[in-house]
Amino acid sequence: MDIKSYIALALTLFTIGIIGVLVRRNAIIIFMCVELMLNAVNLLLVAFSKMHALSTAAKASVNYASDAQIFVFFIMVVAAAEVSVGLAIIVMMYRNVHTVDVNFLNRLKN
Amino acid sequence: MNAIILSAICGVIMMFCGAFIKNKSLHKYIAIAGLIAIIAANILESASGNSFFQFDIHDMLRMNSFNLFFITIAFGSTLIYFLLSGSEIEKVGEHVGEYFALIFFILCGIGLVATFNTLLMLFIGIEIISIPLYILTGSDKRNLKSNEAALKYFLMGAFSTGIMLMGIAFIYGGNPNASFYIDQIQVGMGNMPIMIAVGLLFLLISMSFKVSAAPFHFWTPDVYDGAPTVFTSFMSTIVKVAGFFAFIRLFEYAFGQMQDQWQRLIVVITIATLLIGNITAVFQQSVKRMLAYSSIAQAGFMLLALFALNDKAKEGLLLYSAAYCLATIGLFGILTKMEDYTIDGFNGLAKEQPLLGFAATVFLLSLTGVPLTAGFQSKFFMLMAAVQNGQQFWLVIAAVLFAAISAYYYFRVIQAIYFKDAAQKVINDISITMRFKVMLTIIVALIIIIGIYPEIIIGWMYR
Repeated sequence: MDIKSYIALALTLFTIGIIGVLVRRNAIIIFMCVELMLNAVNLLLVAFSKMHALSTAAKASVNYASDAQIFVFFIMVVAAAEVSVGLAIIVMMYRNVHTVDVNFLNRLKN
Repeated sequence: MNAIILSAICGVIMMFCGAFIKNKSLHKYIAIAGLIAIIAANILESASGNSFFQFDIHDMLRMNSFNLFFITIAFGSTLIYFLLSGSEIEKVGEHVGEYFALIFFILCGIGLVATFNTLLMLFIGIEIISIPLYILTGSDKRNLKSNEAALKYFLMGAFSTGIMLMGIAFIYGGNPNASFYIDQIQVGMGNMPIMIAVGLLFLLISMSFKVSAAPFHFWTPDVYDGAPTVFTSFMSTIVKVAGFFAFIRLFEYAFGQMQDQWQRLIVVITIATLLIGNITAVFQQSVKRMLAYSSIAQAGFMLLALFALNDKAKEGLLLYSAAYCLATIGLFGILTKMEDYTIDGFNGLAKEQPLLGFAATVFLLSLTGVPLTAGFQSKFFMLMAAVQNGQQFWLVIAAVLFAAISAYYYFRVIQAIYFKDAAQKVINDISITMRFKVMLTIIVALIIIIGIYPEIIIGWMYR
């Protein structure tokens, strides 16, 4: 498949993620949308990796094309660490206010 | 390399201390001893050029005297922070060892973002800084404001990480070398390929998020206000300065040759940051919130280094880091001792505690940029760098005007300290120990010494 299709798909997922973060008010859903953004990036990185592997395999002596696939693993690990901290924060908030609605949290504004 | 590995080891040691040592104040002394050892090892590395640890890191991190010296400044500021506010960390909650452990992990991340040579290391460094900070922000678990700040910071941080990763993916896709190394991104002087331009834009947005430059600053006041004051002190100084260092390192090495194509964006961001930071700070009644806006305003000045991107700018950045960290850490140290965080709460401080009043005045003068303080020299270097760059001279004039506006809100606090009478008791006397006073005196002395002889810092860089 053409690389443009992958770019379009990844950008669509990424945009859905951004819109979700901006529109939704439930902390867990916002969080899922952030994960969607990260996974869009994973998809794009793997697609670019394949693209570069095909185009540079013949000429380059040093080939970095698989670096992107290793990068994807790092993103997954970091995202897992972020999930553990993020869910803990959401649970901590739920214990105090018994809701995960972010609109509830506007005490700092005034 | 020493600093990165040793601070990670220190973090693990502190976690075990948290589990096995019940005496709270012992944690602080272990942390201070560990930090002194790390700083000594780092200075040794920058003097000899050899690390204790020899790994094949595939050139993913690159050490030179400049970024090792920056690590020394950041870690040295942390040492001062530990000595000044260490006893306040003990008051935040039960898990003192873990708080110190998280701070050591953040220091490890600062070591990474100061020396990264690939986008992978930049990403990991930024995340190692951010994740412990989310926990520290929410460490006051019963306090709703702290909860809110932690959630807001976490959602914003994760969002900007997603944007940064998208930028990295596009840069990788547009780079014909198919490499994450920042010195292999340059594609010459001509117009950028579209994918690299998109990636640059995403990276610019996410780094602006991290260093709280306008128009991506909106989380800053809430988070800095809600977090426990000791941790606000850490994240508004050392972490922010490290973010700037990474920002400038990234744009210098990866996109330096294309500077004329993105410089205008930086001009817009700089002006917006200076404007919003300074104007909003004027209306604040709480000193803690005022300092949050003032940190945005100071970020505007640090952005001038990114605008100029020459040798003077690098010198200026180091000076600015030192001056800004010292003054703000000292000011937050005094703030934690106050009964009332509003500006009126400072009324009559000079009569009750003359030393604290004097120290706070020097810190505020340094943040304003009055001559004979470190803040003056650092602002001077930044402006000189912008003038030497030779373009957009009006930016320099605007920056000077905004610095004049900043004098208004800083001097309001000085006025409260010296010229107003206290309605009630200003400060909790018992908590002012001799060591606190000695540390304040040392910080004041450092600020004035750097203000008179900035060569101390600049000269060290060229050893």
